[in-house]
Amino acid sequence: MLEVKDAVVRYGAITALHGISFSVERGEIVTLLGANGAGKSTTLRMLSGLHAPASGQILFEGRDISATKAHDFAALGISHVPEGRRIFPQMSVEENLEMGAFTRRDSVTEDMGRMYETFPILKERRKQLGSNLSGGEQQMLAIARALMAQPKLLLLDEPSMGLAPMIVETIFAIIGDIRSSGTTVLVVEQNASQALRLADRGYVMENGRIAFSDAASTLLHDERVRAVYLGESVES
Amino acid sequence: MGAFGHYLAAHFDTLKLEFWALFVGGVANGFLYGMIAVGYTLVYGVLRLINFAHSEVFMSGGFAGYFVMRALVGQSVPSGFSSVGLILLGIVASGLAGALVATLIERVAYRTLRRRNAPKLAYLISAIGASYFLFNLAGKEFGHLSVSMPQPYINHPVFHIFGAPVEMYYVIILVVSVAMFVLLDRVVATTKLGRGIRAVAQDAETASLMGVNIDRTIAITFIVGGTLGGVAGFLFGLNIGVVYTMGFVPALKAFTAAVLGGIGNLRGAMIGGLILGIFESLCVVFVQAAYIDVVAFGILVLVLLVRPTGILGERLGRSA
Ligand SMILES: Nc1ncnc2c1ncn2[C@@H]1O[C@H](COP(=O)(O)OP(=O)(O)OP(=O)(O)O)[C@@H](O)[C@H]1O
Ligand SMILES: [Mg+2]
Repeated sequence: MLEVKDAVVRYGAITALHGISFSVERGEIVTLLGANGAGKSTTLRMLSGLHAPASGQILFEGRDISATKAHDFAALGISHVPEGRRIFPQMSVEENLEMGAFTRRDSVTEDMGRMYETFPILKERRKQLGSNLSGGEQQMLAIARALMAQPKLLLLDEPSMGLAPMIVETIFAIIGDIRSSGTTVLVVEQNASQALRLADRGYVMENGRIAFSDAASTLLHDERVRAVYLGESVES
Repeated sequence: MGAFGHYLAAHFDTLKLEFWALFVGGVANGFLYGMIAVGYTLVYGVLRLINFAHSEVFMSGGFAGYFVMRALVGQSVPSGFSSVGLILLGIVASGLAGALVATLIERVAYRTLRRRNAPKLAYLISAIGASYFLFNLAGKEFGHLSVSMPQPYINHPVFHIFGAPVEMYYVIILVVSVAMFVLLDRVVATTKLGRGIRAVAQDAETASLMGVNIDRTIAITFIVGGTLGGVAGFLFGLNIGVVYTMGFVPALKAFTAAVLGGIGNLRGAMIGGLILGIFESLCVVFVQAAYIDVVAFGILVLVLLVRPTGILGERLGRSA
């Protein structure tokens, strides 16, 4: 469904991605692991048009989308839950969800009802401003907002960041459900053990390159991954 | 009571006598400031910069209205339906001119800089350059002397409040600016277009992830702000005529109003405009008329020192 070939992304003089290649198949959950500054967010940002690759190719459903503008990605079927959630702070929960459906022309009330079913807390808070939500609620809203676009591919940037373990469990369970309902997922995580238990395959990034990749279950027991990314959580 | 006490008491007596007349004039000016201030605030909301060329949007609206009046108003002052029609034509022409000039400013002076990720200072200089270019061009094309606008209506008092006459001119300002402002406020609060504008104001990058075209949204805010500014230029010119430098002082006052109400805040722009208009109008009792501008810009300095976020604070994002 998604194929990245030798993509290079630069921030001015700094090269953040030195020609990365990877792919995501329809129906998969793929995770992108790596230390701070490895280029994970940059990769997702490239996949939603926020940074066009200087060279290389991005193919989505066989189409080259390397030069597509950010505002056209939602309509293509790629939704991005950005790092830090980026809820519109001065909009209500409901308006944030409506923003997620910005490019849709059909009625969104049914989908909104579905989001409120999946995330009952959002229904309770639907008239509250985004800025008044807790971190966990904001993350749920960010995911729900992205789903409002009815994406084929969902990009998630560190959905567990800064959340209590219980909430992290909930979020990961929801990501599993999202896949079951037919949406392909590419998730960036620092929380490698959680991510690998959920994902089918994983890519490990180092300094703007893909260092290695494998089935998630294999990576979970990989010496290098355990040493560097799993740290304390190895014993589990 | 000392001499100063007598001085104040005497002036308060004048104030009591003239209060409502001054108040009505101040409200009318305030609405005009508010209409211009909306342009500053909208653009600030989405671009985080002050469009210092907005004065020329106002001026071009004034001239557009003038040319329509000069072409269509005959020897005798029209009345009835022809007055209404002429005023509407003036509004349409000045709004279009304002929107057009604002769009040109955005394309030429700002978008080119945005493409290059230029620093904020570059935008300021570019704006001043655009402003100088436009008003000097107007001076060259339309002459350097103020010309009065042929009147499309008879300016008689329509009603009185507390003995003070409210003239037709004030009624026109009130109706036009309230109608335009309420419409704008509702569009921003309730429509998809408005939601897109608010999204860009709150977080442009995330708005683009939702499918909002940032460039188009910015262009729309210039068109909307330009329309209101242009119409304000026409309404202003109706009373005191038009000249190539006419934008300078009213626009700077509108900027003061926008800062006073909270730059980036739509309702704040209107409220700031009204407060400034009323305040400077009542000041005439205490200081010579020549000092009005000093007072107005004194307010600007004071607000910037004491409460730089203005009365309502910075929040174009809010729907209400
Ligand atoms: N706007 C920017 N300008 C310049 N350099 C940037 C910019 N954003 C990121 N970088 C650099 O690009 C590299 C990759 O950053 P990126 O944000 O993609 O890392 P990451 O893997 O997501 O890290 P983290 O886990 O901290 O979120 C880093 O060296 C970073 O300093
Ligand atoms: Mg990151």
